[in-house]
Amino acid sequence: MDRGTLRDIGLVSVADALVGVSFGALALAGGLPLWVPVAMSVLVFAGGAQFAALGVVLAGGGAVTAVVTALVLNARLLPFGLATADVLEGRPWRRLVGAHLLTDESVAFTLRHTDPRQRRLAYWVCGIALFVVWNLAVLVGAYAGGVLEDVNALGLDAAFPAVLLALVMPALAERRTRGIALVGAAVALALTPLLPPGLPVLLAPAAAVPLLLRARRAETS
Amino acid sequence: MPLLAVLVLAAGTYAFRVAGPLAARRLDLERLRGPLVGAAVVLLLALAVTSAVADGQEFAGWARPAGVAVAAVLAWRRASFVVVVSAAAAVTAGLRLLGVP
Repeated sequence: MDRGTLRDIGLVSVADALVGVSFGALALAGGLPLWVPVAMSVLVFAGGAQFAALGVVLAGGGAVTAVVTALVLNARLLPFGLATADVLEGRPWRRLVGAHLLTDESVAFTLRHTDPRQRRLAYWVCGIALFVVWNLAVLVGAYAGGVLEDVNALGLDAAFPAVLLALVMPALAERRTRGIALVGAAVALALTPLLPPGLPVLLAPAAAVPLLLRARRAETS
Repeated sequence: MPLLAVLVLAAGTYAFRVAGPLAARRLDLERLRGPLVGAAVVLLLALAVTSAVADGQEFAGWARPAGVAVAAVLAWRRASFVVVVSAAAAVTAGLRLLGVP
């Protein structure tokens, strides 16, 4: 794996670590027992969904609402898994273990490469790095308490969209893909105030399906 | 949050994750690779844009979208990954320091 990719994964790990610390701190400050943020981080391992579920619980919402909210947010992992399924080819355990490492970041790093070996490396290295760092960070946050309760003061909430943008930019160099993606993003943005979080993003590719199909037809003809 | 809720959330999330790799064994996804990667790119951009502008259904304030916009311009002009991500955080943090929400 090239050093550039390794360094980039390192940077994302640092940013996610700070967010993880804040998750652990926030959960304990909200009065939850230690095992809740720890179990969520290990078993659910999806930052956005964890914060959403925590937010519902701390606001006094029910457990059912928290689970449904988080699951809607995580539904995008299904199309992501379809797009990166090739990196998990091989032994069954590789699919079953590797699938748990699927995150927005590991998908974005994988899509940056076309060579099968590089794709596989990007997926596993990013996935394992984030899994280790995220879980350690949540533990640190749970113990260290309010050291870093407000990551927003550090602008870290802007880091996540910037990471995705930077990783997806090479794919947007192609005019057709760019057009389709911009239409999808505009649709998602327009639907954001109207639909529960997670659904607008899921509907973005659906909005772009006619364009995708036309592009495909143009390709085959 | 009860243990059962955490377990249901974990199981559901894992099901979403594993469905693609398992389907790949039965279906011939190779033929669909192009459209699937296209859909993933659309999803990632939509995710980036919505998480830049909104917190859930609410507007996130100006500081974050401003930082992400600077990052977008830098990424478009092929600045390095480290520069793009650091600029987003720095601009957003700086604006908040100045009192922009």
